[in-house]
Amino acid sequence: MADDMAQDRRTRIGRAFVGGIPHARALNLSLVEIGPGRAVIEMPFDAALVGDPEAGVIHGGAVFTLMDTSAGAAVMAHDSAPDGTATLDLRIDYMRSARPGQALRAVAECYHVTRSVAFVRVETRDGDDARPVAVATGAFTLMGGAGS
Amino acid sequence: MSGAVAALEAYRSRVPYLGFLGVRFDLHGSSLTGVLPHRDTAIGNPVPPRLHGGVTAAFLEITSVAELGLALLWAGYDGAGMPPMPKTIDLTVDYLRPGLPQEAYAIARVDRSGRRYASVHVEAWQEDRSRLFAQATGHFLMPSAHG
Repeated sequence: MADDMAQDRRTRIGRAFVGGIPHARALNLSLVEIGPGRAVIEMPFDAALVGDPEAGVIHGGAVFTLMDTSAGAAVMAHDSAPDGTATLDLRIDYMRSARPGQALRAVAECYHVTRSVAFVRVETRDGDDARPVAVATGAFTLMGGAGS
Repeated sequence: MSGAVAALEAYRSRVPYLGFLGVRFDLHGSSLTGVLPHRDTAIGNPVPPRLHGGVTAAFLEITSVAELGLALLWAGYDGAGMPPMPKTIDLTVDYLRPGLPQEAYAIARVDRSGRRYASVHVEAWQEDRSRLFAQATGHFLMPSAHG
């Protein structure tokens, strides 16, 4: 029963992150999965997001946005049930170019929270699961919720 | 300088994602300022409306790349195809204040550049240059065949 309520809350959060954020809508982000402190969000390929017109590769800025959004959703989905969060810092390492034409999928894990800070890591992959396109780590503010 | 100015314009007009965000550049001599116009589609938190952190990060990265190109790579650009572009290795963004739903500006500084790697610091503000809303440090791989 409590588990159902927690999952209902997470599902609402996940939907709000892809549907209620104007820039997430502009990137056509979709929620794949949401669990305790975890969010998986997908960004379809879009020619408008290309950063290298000769290779047809998605711009790193769009990849960053996908990862920041996923990280924020993972924080909100944490069991401490925060009322709000904001990115304090996020570092992204770009391992390789995304493949032209392919969707990108970001998996974010909120792996530790204190009373006021959440720590998150995110990996983004295209079809090739062995080699991530990008990896990010960040610290996020925590507002309200059971943990504060 | 004219080759570099043409390259800057090619970068702005030929990269679809720059058009998607509406980023443009103000150039006074060799001094470059990135300009991010306000667009409703750039909003993250809807109430109160705040600039999406991903848009802020993208704007910082774009301004860093433009500064690297202008300062180091584009003087010999002849107008054919894309100018040589640095590749982003990593970017660390600090969010200092909420981004407001209005125009934003950024200035980047090349802290170190060698034959292969460059390190750039970039700062962004809105109403007041002394109240930054974001800053970032990035490392970039320089194209091998630049003149």
